[in-house]
Amino acid sequence: MANAIIFLPLLSFLFCFLLGNRFNFKIYQIITTGILFACSIFSWIIFFQYLGNKEPEIIYIFNWISSGNFIVDWSIRLDTLTAVMFIVVTTVSACVHLYSIGYMEEDTSKVRFMGYLSLFTFFMLVLVSSNNLLQMFFGWEGVGLASYLLIGFWHHKETANNAAIKAFVVNRVGDFGYAIGIAGIFFVFGSISFDNIFEQADLFKNHQIEFLSLNFPTLDLLCFLLFIGAMGKSAQLGLHTWLPDAMEGPTPVSALIHAATMVTAGVFLVARMSPLYEFANFTNLFITFIGAATAIFAASIALTQNDIKRVIAYSTCSQLGYMFFAAGVGAYNASIFHLTTHAFFKALLFLSAGSVIHAMHHEQDMRKMGGLFKKIPLTATMMWIGSLAIIGFPYFSGYYSKESILENAYYSSNGIAFFAYIVGILTALLTAFYSWRLLFLTFHGANRSGIETYNKVHESPFVMTIPLFILAIGSIFSGILFADYFIGYYKKEFWDNAIILTQSSHKYLPLTQSLISKLAVAIGIFICILIYTNNKDRAKNLSYNLDPLYSISKNKWYVDEIYHKIFVLTFFKLANFFWKRGDEKTIDGLGPNGISWLISKSSFYVSIFQSGYLFHYAFAMLGGLVIFLTWFIYY
Amino acid sequence: MIDWPLLSVIIFLPLVGGLIILFIKEDEVTSNNIKWSALLTSIGTFILSLILWLQFDYLNPSYQFQEKFRWFDDFNFFYHIGIDGVSLFMILLSTFLTPLCILASWSNIQKRVKEYMLSFLFLETVMIGMFASIDILLFYIFFEAVLIPMYLIIGIWGGARRIYASFKFFLYTLLGSVLMLIAIIVMYINTNSMSIESLQGNFFSFNTQIFLWLAFFASFAVKIPMWPFHTWLPDAHVEAPTAGSVILAGVLLKMGGYGFIRFSVGMLPEATEFFVPLIMMLSIIAIIYTSLVALAQTDIKKLIAYSSVAHMGIVTIGIFLVNQQGLEGAMMQMISHGIVSAALFLCVGVIYDRMHTREIKFYGGLVQRMPLYATVFMIFMLGSVGLPGTSGFVGEFLVIVGAFQLSSFVVIGAAFGIILSAVYMLYLYKRIIFGTITNNKLLEILDLNTREKIILIPLAISVIILGIFPNIFLDPMRLSLELIITNYEMANAK
Repeated sequence: MANAIIFLPLLSFLFCFLLGNRFNFKIYQIITTGILFACSIFSWIIFFQYLGNKEPEIIYIFNWISSGNFIVDWSIRLDTLTAVMFIVVTTVSACVHLYSIGYMEEDTSKVRFMGYLSLFTFFMLVLVSSNNLLQMFFGWEGVGLASYLLIGFWHHKETANNAAIKAFVVNRVGDFGYAIGIAGIFFVFGSISFDNIFEQADLFKNHQIEFLSLNFPTLDLLCFLLFIGAMGKSAQLGLHTWLPDAMEGPTPVSALIHAATMVTAGVFLVARMSPLYEFANFTNLFITFIGAATAIFAASIALTQNDIKRVIAYSTCSQLGYMFFAAGVGAYNASIFHLTTHAFFKALLFLSAGSVIHAMHHEQDMRKMGGLFKKIPLTATMMWIGSLAIIGFPYFSGYYSKESILENAYYSSNGIAFFAYIVGILTALLTAFYSWRLLFLTFHGANRSGIETYNKVHESPFVMTIPLFILAIGSIFSGILFADYFIGYYKKEFWDNAIILTQSSHKYLPLTQSLISKLAVAIGIFICILIYTNNKDRAKNLSYNLDPLYSISKNKWYVDEIYHKIFVLTFFKLANFFWKRGDEKTIDGLGPNGISWLISKSSFYVSIFQSGYLFHYAFAMLGGLVIFLTWFIYY
Repeated sequence: MIDWPLLSVIIFLPLVGGLIILFIKEDEVTSNNIKWSALLTSIGTFILSLILWLQFDYLNPSYQFQEKFRWFDDFNFFYHIGIDGVSLFMILLSTFLTPLCILASWSNIQKRVKEYMLSFLFLETVMIGMFASIDILLFYIFFEAVLIPMYLIIGIWGGARRIYASFKFFLYTLLGSVLMLIAIIVMYINTNSMSIESLQGNFFSFNTQIFLWLAFFASFAVKIPMWPFHTWLPDAHVEAPTAGSVILAGVLLKMGGYGFIRFSVGMLPEATEFFVPLIMMLSIIAIIYTSLVALAQTDIKKLIAYSSVAHMGIVTIGIFLVNQQGLEGAMMQMISHGIVSAALFLCVGVIYDRMHTREIKFYGGLVQRMPLYATVFMIFMLGSVGLPGTSGFVGEFLVIVGAFQLSSFVVIGAAFGIILSAVYMLYLYKRIIFGTITNNKLLEILDLNTREKIILIPLAISVIILGIFPNIFLDPMRLSLELIITNYEMANAK
């Protein structure tokens, strides 16, 4: 069954890729979507088996690379973590496949689009079911490829092409660390398959390794290198710049890849390698810090963006930050729990946004929306559900996972966990603000789109609203149903050593702290209501009065501009310098061109002697004779 | 085993085919006969080389299919040929690419078709002969003979600046050749043997090794090419006709890598160990420097040529790590580069044949008119970038794994290529393929025709097969490489 889950999407990709345009496009849409729903059902069956404490298993496929003692297999590792990721990936993917039938209605390359979505799903499933780091890397770069193809799906758009390249290249910067990390793990452990690594993790607790002539604690270094990969894929501070630009892709892509699944691969990596991260104290501090910093940094940008998708994109970035600081303080289960609930509500938010964009005929600017609730009540309700989930409204899914993260941060012994805790609460405030701002600007208040556009606004077809229903169910109930298993009473039996559980018993926040976090959310919403209801100018005035802060947020802390100056321009300058100065002037100048110049010059001087005048030659002969005789006489 | 001289037949079949072509009259009607004869000859050679692979004994690390005849009565010079796991794939690469080259030249070579085909078939003979030689003198003869058809191909059928390119090519290789000949003479005087097989090990004093190593280095470093001996390559590529570039990138560069494995690592282990830091430094410079230079190029062929230098940097790192992962990675990288860069040059040829320019600026938006072309180009681009699942990844990654055992600096240098290759290749792809068509001349451009599909699709499939099933290639070469490593380690353990 696990084989079927993984390889059916590949088959449906190959079907689209090799036999594209052979049949009516509807056939491809039905087949790819049908296959994904089948995969999704299989995944839920497997997941329920693991809820019932099924034993982990490894399904061997065949040997991939064997070189000396570097032996890598293609295989499938089935355990609770894989099962959780399976349901997340296939459920969201199935919804997105179905949704795309409606969303891409007017597009001319529907078959290609469905094919790419299936290809992505295949790579993602390989990633989460791998039994070794290299196969995971295969999935890792594979989802990067699919993301590149899908961001640049509308390849006539220059911005889309640039965003696609940016995504791939920034991810490659992360992969640079990941690849070295794998090599390092092989060097230290002599194997890169998970069980072999985890068995030996204990032995290297106090081990040191030399790297770049410095000594590092082995596990810290290795975990750090892998984490660079995770930072790239999960768009953490420093390597986050590709994610907002990735919104150039069609909205279903944003929902599937850049919200629910691919970007969480970094969190998955850390959880998968938790037996190693457990001992990497310094790296854990670093992860906690980066996670917390990303959470508040991205949220601060989301406050002022006007593009509906960008708000959600930065919100994704921020939520990923939550997952990382949970992992950093050792709460891997809380981290994966938030990953799961987030997948549902963030996919819901994106697809609802897509529904709005579809209704508005590809308008994404929230300043040109407003008052849409009456026209598209269903979509608006879905967006409300998603927003309630993301701010952690009690009994919605986000409530359980976010509370659990804050609890763990509060009780952790990690040095900067308390900092992360504070940041977490502040970020919750900002989250509430930007979520409500999005709701107000889009669905409530007066309409700003012009009467003609407004009249044309229509609710999306069933193929698009059914996925919203499915995801809404997940956004509401995934928390309350699974909390006991992921983070609560049954967690030990449920996880069954698939990840490390550091905290022994479930502790709740003290009442005051719990109230503070809820108060923060309430304040966020309250401020938003103050600013955006009744008075149109209040937002504008505020942005003037808080100018430096507003500009920083609006311009994304100028990170893109800084990177452009530091990296892009320097690289091109250096490239030209090496080419013109290095190759053409220096190497060619001193090498072949220099030699030929030398030869032609010297032959020119030699040729002067061949003047053709007899007296020149006679004179030279006489001179020679004199020298020769002198020498002869003296010796 | 086969009891007839299979290897000799493979070596000389193309030459015989080429000589037969000489007797076909060349005019409008019969020029197709010439092409067909050349194509069938090269396909026949390829099929025979597949038999060679099928018959190859994976469990035997030493030379197989040996044939040995004495040349001179008084000297120990032999016509001695045979193959091991290292040369097997170099030969297969040559026989695989030659038919594709002949197909690629089907319509764009119109003058002197007969001589052109003869050059290619002769080139095939000497390439295979070189990889199959066990006698060093024989190796040298073939090694130098490769240059003759290559000169002719660039010099007669090349582009506008072909004279400058062949002159540069000549200057660089001349120095190496002379030094290599001297080195070979020194070796013969020292040991009275010319057998690559029996000289594997440690037969020379340290000082002699240093001299011999440098002499061979001069030759192979130019061939592969290593920084800073690489500047002939972009010019030669730009001026060569498409098929010439394919062979140049696909096979001729590998002569350098092959030579390093056979001579430097195999025969001069102590000197090799001494020079490892130098090689690592030059290779890392090559990877970073040429990747950046590739980024700045405005000519598609030059860009790919520079990327070749960067990829060969990975190869030289791998070879001189002299451990299992390093050497196998280097071999995989050479095979992969042979296929991928050959395919990329063929892709450039496709649009060059239509538009007669290689300026990147001229193109843009080709995907709108040429979706199939865009797809295959994408596969080769990903191979070049080293995406897992394509051929480029396996070699590159094995080298990184091997390098970690030597030094973390080398790992960082080698892994830097991961980032930079993505930058220049994706940037190239975007500028040529994506976007909308802004140049009116491109509005009528046609997608791949049947002949081009026959050329490019097998290459695309090979890229994927190499990436998913690399063991098909790693298994046969394993024991031969292990033997080289054992010899090397024994020599340096003393």
